[in-house]
Amino acid sequence: MKKSKLVWLLSLMLVLSVFLAACGEDEKPATSEPKTEDKDAGTEPKTETPVVEEDQILNLVMGAEIPTMDSSLVTDSVGFDLLNNTNEGLYRLNQENVAVPALAEAEPTISEDGLVYTFKIRDAKWSDGSAVTAGDFEFAWKRAMNPDTASEYGPYMMSGVLKNATAISEGTVDYTELGVKAVDEKTLEVTLEKPTPYFLSLMSFGTYLPLNEAFVTAQGDAYATNSETVLSNGPFKLEAWDGTGLSWKLVKNDQYWDAATVKLTEINYDVVKETATIVNLYTTGKKDRAGLSGDLAMQYADDPDLVRELDTAVFYFKFNQERNGEKTPLANVNIREAIAKGFNKQDLVDVVLNNGSVVANYLVPAEFTFTENGEDFRAVNGDMAVHNVEEAQAAWKKGLEELGKTELSLEILGGDSDLAKKMDEYFKDQLETNLEGLTITLKEVPFAVRLDLDTNQDYDIQNAGWGPDFQDPYTFMNLWLTDGGNNQMSYSNPKYDELVNSAVGELALDADARWAAMAEAEKLLIEEDFAIAPIYQRGTMSLVKPYVKGVVTHSFGGDYSYKWAYIEGK
Amino acid sequence: MAKYIVKRVFYMFITLFLIATATFFLMKTLPGSPISSASKLNPQQLAVVEAKYGLDQPLPVQYGKYMLNLVQGDLGNSYQFKGADVTDLIISRLGPSFILGAQGLILGVAIGIILGMIAALKQNTIWDYGSTFIAIIGISIPSFVFATFLQYWLAIKWELLPVALWDDGWKSSIMPSIALAMGPLATAARFIRTEMIEVLSSDYITLAKSKGASSFEVAFKHAFRNALIPLVTVLGPLAAGLLTGSLVIENIFAIPGIGEQFVKAIMVSDFSVIMGTTLFFSVFLIFVILVVDILYGIIDPRIRLSGGNS
Repeated sequence: MKKSKLVWLLSLMLVLSVFLAACGEDEKPATSEPKTEDKDAGTEPKTETPVVEEDQILNLVMGAEIPTMDSSLVTDSVGFDLLNNTNEGLYRLNQENVAVPALAEAEPTISEDGLVYTFKIRDAKWSDGSAVTAGDFEFAWKRAMNPDTASEYGPYMMSGVLKNATAISEGTVDYTELGVKAVDEKTLEVTLEKPTPYFLSLMSFGTYLPLNEAFVTAQGDAYATNSETVLSNGPFKLEAWDGTGLSWKLVKNDQYWDAATVKLTEINYDVVKETATIVNLYTTGKKDRAGLSGDLAMQYADDPDLVRELDTAVFYFKFNQERNGEKTPLANVNIREAIAKGFNKQDLVDVVLNNGSVVANYLVPAEFTFTENGEDFRAVNGDMAVHNVEEAQAAWKKGLEELGKTELSLEILGGDSDLAKKMDEYFKDQLETNLEGLTITLKEVPFAVRLDLDTNQDYDIQNAGWGPDFQDPYTFMNLWLTDGGNNQMSYSNPKYDELVNSAVGELALDADARWAAMAEAEKLLIEEDFAIAPIYQRGTMSLVKPYVKGVVTHSFGGDYSYKWAYIEGK
Repeated sequence: MAKYIVKRVFYMFITLFLIATATFFLMKTLPGSPISSASKLNPQQLAVVEAKYGLDQPLPVQYGKYMLNLVQGDLGNSYQFKGADVTDLIISRLGPSFILGAQGLILGVAIGIILGMIAALKQNTIWDYGSTFIAIIGISIPSFVFATFLQYWLAIKWELLPVALWDDGWKSSIMPSIALAMGPLATAARFIRTEMIEVLSSDYITLAKSKGASSFEVAFKHAFRNALIPLVTVLGPLAAGLLTGSLVIENIFAIPGIGEQFVKAIMVSDFSVIMGTTLFFSVFLIFVILVVDILYGIIDPRIRLSGGNS
């Protein structure tokens, strides 16, 4: 008895000493020592053809579980990311982020009116050995529109694009009437509602993946609820996923038509939600990539493994012009202009965010959409509503006079994360300092509450953001149409509507003219109407082991492609 | 005893019914919808999806349907994990939480009792101050801070244990268990110390001593048993809390546990998982309290269980 008591005591002392010792080291946190063995190995740049002798295994972390692998039902980034690596549609985003034919043997033939696309399907197999046919596409797309499936992204991605999709989603036409038809085993004929310039980029999106009819039907409700009940036709196969668990892996799919290109044999995933833990797993060599955020991003700003990438999500202030049936002070364009120009965005991204984000003086993000000869859409319009205190104050004065007031109190609605709160404090300080007579109140709520308040238009100024669903400026521009689903701020400008609608209407087949129209609309929205005030374009910072090569980051749909990835110099 | 237990089980069902009802309606007042891309759909499209999940029906109908299924033991399907059965989800997530909770509880309470007894027997000595100090640290340092220190020293600096993840057998459970043990350790130490000091000064201890019982015998045979009662009272809820998982510890060590899933379900309005987990936690807590009540009788026969008729 006494002896065991002693053992307990000793072990406790050990535990305690660990803890106390750690206290002393508090100021120099966990990380400053790089594991030099790991790092030195891969730093010399080698760009020759990869040597595939090492274990081609990649170890990754995900921030959330897989809700489903059913391509008709996926709505989240984890699902789309995995589908992009396990499955393949008519098109796939290549290493330059351009959608190129994948299961389509070549570019489709397009009818003169731009409405009918005819695809030839290449010889490809599902992971069970059966052939991928044109019928698999027809089945999958119709399934996504079938009300029984209750797909969210099906109607969202197909309405207005595929013939009859809108009518089907409104319940006036049966889903079997969708504009897609397998002419024979290898020929798919797609009929569009109207000419859609970005249609081919949509063909790389998860919702448009084919499904093996026989397999899906046989699995019934159990389809894609774990790794046994799903088929792949892409570079990798999903394994060891129980449907709700925190780990799974991708293994090379030998049945993939382009399997010769795929070098990785295995990708191991674990869901880790705590960023500090992810970094710890990274520094001990358990994981090969760690996304950084908040304080950790600052701490690793000078790490040689750090990779900064520009994301395609843009954040902005929404100015609500009508709240509870009454006009708000923000219905005055001068007040909107004053706020849009009244805070320093550069300091915000450098000091407050400090996570790789960049100042946005625009709505359509940089490095997202390009003309045929590779010119960024951003080159067309340049910067708008740039930070300028004098102009802001002049507009503020004018606006207050028009309203007949000397002071105003406005609410900023934002998120409840640490970062969001820090940002809100910054906005309050900047705006109250620069605009005399303005009082800002802050309302910080969880995401779901913010969505509710947005839907009910119950806010003054909202710090919101948007990420693209397809590779065209229209995915951002359609938000502020008078009846746009995300408008929720009573912004309405007939000229804007006309310009944006023309880009998918009469100008749809004229690439230059539709870009010009959308550029003009963007100018109208931001620089004349100040309907929204762009703040920043999100950047990401992550630590990536130098021996990980060839991973492609995408600007929409799945986040990454591992088809071309390999390990070298580990 | 049997009659007492039957009665308690009957009350348990009434309690559960009330909990289920209250949770159901409270949950429905939460902002947000389980349909993740609701804002992207037009009203007709949204209606189709809502109809699929039965969310279009009036609240009393939804409630009635839920309760009817519940009586048949069907907790429904998760909204966030498409097609996943809630019962399966809870069971698969329960294991890791239970293992960590049990290890943490046993470790914490065992060390806590020892520390408390040392402190009481060697009152106002360096031993007493030492163990009180440890107890104060245990209660005042949040478990996530402690967990982070453990991770830094044991896993990163000394490379003795895996940093996180649930893939290295028993080794994976060591650090999270230690982190979880700090709370119960502190609680047990403080309760035992206070009670022991009080018991040790009572008449029957003096009598035992005067009869020539050794101090070891006095401490363990006579004093300890009585000092346990208040601890057992707090231990019940403490055990229920630990065994049903901890959001913080599970997130830090990336453990596929139920505590983490419960919070996530609330964040994404996964109604059926919220209901299922709440009910499960309730059953567990009620059960633990029943066990504690029975334990009283064993520790102190003067506490009678069958006295429910008064």
